[in-house]
Amino acid sequence: MIKNGDSSSLNTQLDLSANIAGITFKNPIVMASGTFGFGKEYAKYYDINELGGISGKGLTLQPKAGNQGTRVYETASGMLNSVGLENPGIPAFLEKECAYWETLDTARIVNLGGNTFEDYVTGAELIQQDADRRSDSGRKAVDMIELNISCPNVKEGGIAFGIRTCDARELVRAVRRATSLPLSVKLSPNAEDVADMALMCQEEGADAVSLINTISGMKIDVRRRRSVFNNLYAGLSGPAIKPIALRMVHQVAKRVEIPIIGMGGISSATDIIEFIMAGATVVQVGTYNFMNLRAGEDLLRDLRQFMIEENIYSLDEIRGIV
Amino acid sequence: MGTVISNERLADNVYHLRVGGEYGGEMGQFYMLRAWGAYPVLSRPLSIHQVSDEGIDFLYHVVGEGTELFSQLTPGDSINLEGPFGSGFPAVTGRVALIGGGIGIAPLLYCARELPGSDVYLGFSREPYRTEEFRSHAARLTVDVGGLILDNVDFAEYDHVFVCGPHPMLKAAQLKGIAAATAGSNVNVYLSLENRMACGIGACLVCSVSCKDGQRKACADGPVFLAEEVVFHD
Repeated sequence: MIKNGDSSSLNTQLDLSANIAGITFKNPIVMASGTFGFGKEYAKYYDINELGGISGKGLTLQPKAGNQGTRVYETASGMLNSVGLENPGIPAFLEKECAYWETLDTARIVNLGGNTFEDYVTGAELIQQDADRRSDSGRKAVDMIELNISCPNVKEGGIAFGIRTCDARELVRAVRRATSLPLSVKLSPNAEDVADMALMCQEEGADAVSLINTISGMKIDVRRRRSVFNNLYAGLSGPAIKPIALRMVHQVAKRVEIPIIGMGGISSATDIIEFIMAGATVVQVGTYNFMNLRAGEDLLRDLRQFMIEENIYSLDEIRGIV
Repeated sequence: MGTVISNERLADNVYHLRVGGEYGGEMGQFYMLRAWGAYPVLSRPLSIHQVSDEGIDFLYHVVGEGTELFSQLTPGDSINLEGPFGSGFPAVTGRVALIGGGIGIAPLLYCARELPGSDVYLGFSREPYRTEEFRSHAARLTVDVGGLILDNVDFAEYDHVFVCGPHPMLKAAQLKGIAAATAGSNVNVYLSLENRMACGIGACLVCSVSCKDGQRKACADGPVFLAEEVVFHD
């Protein structure tokens, strides 16, 4: 515990780092998939190397154009999105984005989505092959795979795998076999039992679980008498879902021994502290990037300030304390 | 963070906001504005109406909670601006028509100032606004109330046509551009697309626009697109 000294010297003594499967996160702030592109866009506004990590835009084996029609709609303290995993496909990502990811000094996470079982496995194999080639030449670009079995906005795959533990088990097992990279499984709050799902991931060799993905929601245009989204339902994110996310992280933390990457509506340093106290090892920040272009650097500054004020030297002191 | 200098009501639900300070930006670019804390969650994209020594101006139409909060701003209030973002109208030479529908006139005043000698066409469903500001820069000003402003424009007379307005008007402009090209005209039609946005910088893909060469981003690749590139789905 820090007892004496001015804040600048205390700042240098703070230990915000965390480790998941041998990957060092210099601090617990990771930018969430789907909200941060592949990092380049935000790098114009602050040094994203100061972040603990980034999770790139969700990738599928083939390029996806995503959903037509309205893709975002605001709700009370949140937003619904129906992007539908628009992405360039894994081969294009490996070819065009990894050269940039090589240069980053932060944990780099590939978010892996899919339409079919085979898509996921082939995608994981391609990422692994690329990582092996880069390893030979010392040009690492990907530190971890985040397996997305919980996207509510794609008709095939996605959340279809993320509801029932028995459906997800085979997929997690197959992807685990396809890659030796550290693997986190991103869980749906719509799962029948999120803690059972997390336990299954641990049993199948996942190194971590990420939770929660967005919550399936809806918005109706009453004048047009139809959902505002072509897909009817969309994924709810933002401060509105934070209490649910926090509860689920806490529940899962009581059941599993693997690290938890917690997320859902984090928009302040004290929100981060809550997730850490509930048992998260690191957290992801999503919708808040849209509320504050410099979310990463502001949260990091405020987190340090909070730790100084509360005499917390290391986040390990409070992790899972509740 | 900027300070509101004025926030004047121009017509039904239409306001003219001026924020003091030094701001940059090109024709057709936009800023993300936020005059609140955590809620509403998203900032609002507004195109640059004009930039002057006094600050930066925006026109906006009150359509939801965010713009409703903008309408309550008074001089001295703080407002957060991020930008300029996006890729705006090109700096062109030749015969230029600027066509605006309703609040779509907003980005065109800057164009009229940058491209003096342009013909300006402004269409309104009811009450016209800001027309005199355009008159001082336009070679010819046509104002239409209650009709279809595009009916007043012969695209073949121009080398470049810039259009900003409601979705049906943009589609109609695209068709007029195609018809003019089919008849042998070399007119280039540029559309400024309005779309819901979250990040404003090309990271979230909620403002995706279908184009002939695939999905593009209204915020980063646009909001201005060559009309022939855009694929309208409805």
